[in-house]
Amino acid sequence: MGTKVFAPWDDPNAKPLIQFRNVTKRFGEFTAIDDLTLDIFEREFFALLGPSGCGKTTMMRMLAGFEKPTEGQILLAGQDIDPIPPNKRAVNMMFQSYALFPHLTVYENIAFGLRRGNMPKHDLHDRVQEMLRLTRLEKFAGRKPHQISGGQRQRVALARSLAKAPKLLLLDEPLGALDKKLRQDTQFELMDIQEKTGTTFVIVTHDQEEAMTVASRVAVMNDGKLVQVATPDRLYETPNSVYVADFIGDVNIIEGHATATGEETYRIDWGEGREPLTAKSAQPFSAGQACHLAIRPEKVTITAERPTDADNAVQGRVHDIAYLGNLSTYHVELPDGTIIKAQSANTRRIARRSFTWEDTVWLSWTATAGVLLAE
Amino acid sequence: MRRFVLIAIPYAWLLALFLVPFVIVFKISLSDIALAIPPYTPTLRDGFAEFWAGLDFENFVWLTQDDLYWKAYLSSVRIALFSTLLTLLVGYPIAYGMARAPEEWRPTLMMLVILPFWTSFLIRVYAWMGILSNEGLLNQFLLALGVISEPLTILNTNTAVYIGIVYTYLPFMILPIYATLDRMDGSLIEAAEDLGCSRAQAFWLVTIPLSRPGIIAGCFLVFIPVIGEFVIPSLLGGSGTLMIGKVLWEEFFSNRDWPVASAVAVVLLLILVIPIVLFQRNQQKQAEKDT
Ligand SMILES: Nc1ncnc2c1ncn2[C@@H]1O[C@H](COP(=O)(O)OP(=O)(O)OP(=O)(O)O)[C@@H](O)[C@H]1O
Ligand SMILES: [Mg+2]
Repeated sequence: MGTKVFAPWDDPNAKPLIQFRNVTKRFGEFTAIDDLTLDIFEREFFALLGPSGCGKTTMMRMLAGFEKPTEGQILLAGQDIDPIPPNKRAVNMMFQSYALFPHLTVYENIAFGLRRGNMPKHDLHDRVQEMLRLTRLEKFAGRKPHQISGGQRQRVALARSLAKAPKLLLLDEPLGALDKKLRQDTQFELMDIQEKTGTTFVIVTHDQEEAMTVASRVAVMNDGKLVQVATPDRLYETPNSVYVADFIGDVNIIEGHATATGEETYRIDWGEGREPLTAKSAQPFSAGQACHLAIRPEKVTITAERPTDADNAVQGRVHDIAYLGNLSTYHVELPDGTIIKAQSANTRRIARRSFTWEDTVWLSWTATAGVLLAE
Repeated sequence: MRRFVLIAIPYAWLLALFLVPFVIVFKISLSDIALAIPPYTPTLRDGFAEFWAGLDFENFVWLTQDDLYWKAYLSSVRIALFSTLLTLLVGYPIAYGMARAPEEWRPTLMMLVILPFWTSFLIRVYAWMGILSNEGLLNQFLLALGVISEPLTILNTNTAVYIGIVYTYLPFMILPIYATLDRMDGSLIEAAEDLGCSRAQAFWLVTIPLSRPGIIAGCFLVFIPVIGEFVIPSLLGGSGTLMIGKVLWEEFFSNRDWPVASAVAVVLLLILVIPIVLFQRNQQKQAEKDT
């Protein structure tokens, strides 16, 4: 492993593998993809994240060749792919509905794409065996799709799309039906395959944790538009909008008005009779501009006494405690009814927990803990 | 008790409308021809002992001696096979087109397929006589176009029989195939194309195998009744058209030889049992797969 970080999107000379150029897709009156421009680079593991119906599958289908953009262009390795039919594209797709061939066995389903090329018989067999092993389906090779479970079917679909080792692999919710353990294992397998083969992955997921784990970059979509495209850590630490902050992980949103008090430092007034908060922001705000302060629960410290050195501190009452095993999330109610969540690691046994329901506590965080957002 | 009644109804139906007539026909096939009413002997009026003694397999032996019969059976099977194939070739594209048509058109198309059933089968076959005869619509049309200079002889040939059969039995082929194609998930074709198939390959490797149950059902639904078909060969076919249904008719009504006619019918039924059992098996297997 070199020390060079993989970040072609920051390199102005890097050539993207896929380019969406002002792509719009309409179904009749309905706009599914709205003027979308996006570059995806070779060897990327690109995740599409967004609520149901936001156009993720539609984007995949345009890449695979099953839908044509109404406007705009899609380039693959610099070439407009519009005239290339699906069977001629070096792209394989794993369908959200799996689309397994019901009349073929698991083995034949996986071999289907390989048989279309003129691969020697024993190579083909080896390849299918490898895929079966990878997805742990060896025992089910001889069964038909209707004779296996939902999760197994999903793995067959995954194996089938991986088998041809395409240049670009489109996975539409590849792991949704798997249990957590198998999902994590498969995630690592996918990352491993990606490392080894250099295949570019575009993956759709509803699971933001999964997107964060596997992806080199994540695109958050809403209503056919990209809201933010960034690396997982940037997306988490510096969301560009309340929508993204809220979509990725748990967050407290405090509404108020910003006033500059120093270089990149703002005072936030968030209601009559409340002590103003302090936050740092590189993004400029004009005096009195409405703003939202987004703070992750794990960045809020919960203590019994008021901490002396904290930039921000508020007092409240423990309203609820969500026990997550390794963590606990405290829902603290401020005197006016606002709930702020604070998370802390359960380093002690639960019986010896410091706070319990109805305790009066102090919440505190630093000026850099949150992100100040305009919208 | 209710269960018993529910089961008893179809059995009673089968007993009254299938088994009893079959036993009667079978009994007649074991009798001898007679100049009487009914035209065979013995009957139960002769007393049980004589009745029993009068029954024999003479007529079945006769069927093997005169080569008219086995030739007619063979020719029927051949005509049925060939016309089933023709019906499939015509019916499959129609069913495929229907399944691919826009959703809102399908009920209309379905209606068009079923519509001919609203007029009598006999009238429709007569209509074909009007179309196919030497002075018929088809010949007049072709002569007017100048495609031919002399009228084609189609009526009273095997060609006319095939046309009649394909026309009459087409809905029985289309409907089961359409049912399987309609149920097919369109993303399977996309998946096949995604994995490198051309349109034609995807059709051959995915669509055809998945519509196989419909093809099989349609073929049996055409093949089984066509073997015993009588109206079409006698109205559209010529003297050269040999089909067992026609032989059966002639034995009954021209020769008034009920016992031989019954023997022909019994053997026909035995021949049909094979495809019927196969058909049932196919349907059952399909039903099992769907659950
Ligand atoms: N063929 C079509 N005709 C009309 N509308 C369509 C068609 N395909 C998709 N849409 C609409 O486009 C929008 C985007 O659909 P898409 O399948 O891309 O959503 P998605 O982001 O994949 O959602 P999910 O997470 O539920 O799979 C949806 O509102 C959907 O109803
Ligand atoms: Mg989708």
